Amino acid sequence: MLDLYQELLKQLPSKPEVLVSNSGARAIAMLESEPFNLLITDLRMPKMDGLQVLAIVRRKFPHLRIIVLSGVLDEEYRSRAYAQGVELFCHKPSSTEEIKLFQDCVESLLDRETRHDGGFRGMQSKSLVDLIQLECLSRSSSVLRVTQGALHGKIWVQNGEIADAATAHFTGEEAFKEILSWKSGNFEILPADPGHIRTITNSYQGLLLDSAQALDEWRGQQAGAEKTGAEGQAAASGSLLAPLTRFEGVEFVLTAPPDEQAPCDSWALENSRELAVWARATWRRLVELGEKLDAEPLARVSGFGLQRHWALARDDKKGLLCIGFRRTLPTEKVDQTMKHIFTKWVS
Amino acid sequence: MGLLTKYNKPPKPELKRLPTGTFTIDADCRIVSSTVPSRVPEAQVRDIGRQVLAIFESARNASLPFAELVVQYAAFKITARQMRGGAIIFLSPRALQSVPMP
Repeated sequence: MLDLYQELLKQLPSKPEVLVSNSGARAIAMLESEPFNLLITDLRMPKMDGLQVLAIVRRKFPHLRIIVLSGVLDEEYRSRAYAQGVELFCHKPSSTEEIKLFQDCVESLLDRETRHDGGFRGMQSKSLVDLIQLECLSRSSSVLRVTQGALHGKIWVQNGEIADAATAHFTGEEAFKEILSWKSGNFEILPADPGHIRTITNSYQGLLLDSAQALDEWRGQQAGAEKTGAEGQAAASGSLLAPLTRFEGVEFVLTAPPDEQAPCDSWALENSRELAVWARATWRRLVELGEKLDAEPLARVSGFGLQRHWALARDDKKGLLCIGFRRTLPTEKVDQTMKHIFTKWVS
Repeated sequence: MGLLTKYNKPPKPELKRLPTGTFTIDADCRIVSSTVPSRVPEAQVRDIGRQVLAIFESARNASLPFAELVVQYAAFKITARQMRGGAIIFLSPRALQSVPMP
């Protein structure tokens, strides 16, 4: 099914690069490893369900556009998904027309992303600054509720002046500046709240100027941070696990050092601690069995399942290495790949 | 003299042979069928079966279910397939595997 959707999306006019994952944990690991423009997720998935994935993705990547593609036609699911700030909640297409519609939706979102369109839904050509100026110049009293993904904020306008603002982390002028830094999102004009206490005394022109200045400074910092981030990513790609994930069919990686108290390292795993305990116990059990049989040292252990395959190997200095493989990888290939990965890890 | 030396020669250590063959066990680790030679103690065969079943069960508890297990020692290989709570287990010394196929 994943391969089918991958093919459908590759046919889009923008020819996007489409990467697929059959688990939430792996999807999150992929999002962490490189930038993505769009996430398309199902809601019903093994272990970590789609809503859990949405919650984590929203927290870690608040600006990522998300489409939920589900076979579940449940209003509660739909509203919970929208509450997480998804762009679109689609039913899985079942006819040619629906497939075409789905492709058009995805293409439209990708197109919007590549054009870096700002603007707020319902008023695409206007920025939030335009909107605030409009409210203030018309001497209106209202409450602007602005959302961008999981981020929410409110700006109270009283008789054409900014009276207060609030976001999850800030209030007053700081919150106002934070809201103005959001490039796109949704807004809603709520009825005025005349009883709300005024905390901002600066004029709206002064506030907008201050915000523009703060935004410039912030962009400067971001540019610096991106440079540092790129260096950091290069360093991360040189870490021990990164090269192991690039082998064909690798779904997860777990390393457990010989010292059982030392922390394990893992990639794309939800239950790394539990699995490390199991891996150590299994290895110990088989070593003891080998000693009883005089079968010489234990070299490798592999398991083949309907969901995934895995393999275990141990180095005296580095400890245990457990690799999860895609179930479609042939069994002989699992053993061969494990040998290569283990050699790479040890070296 | 030569005759005495012959009789006083220390005995050669007995070569321990690794078990070979196939056996099936049920969920309670009872041997249902076996082609493992009778020289291999039944307790040893059952011990292999018990460890294999324990690994299948512990993997299931660790959310890593699987149906086939391959354990590779330097000189010995165990292949086990899960069957309705029990398992079929193949024991093959590595020397046999290294014989090239005609």
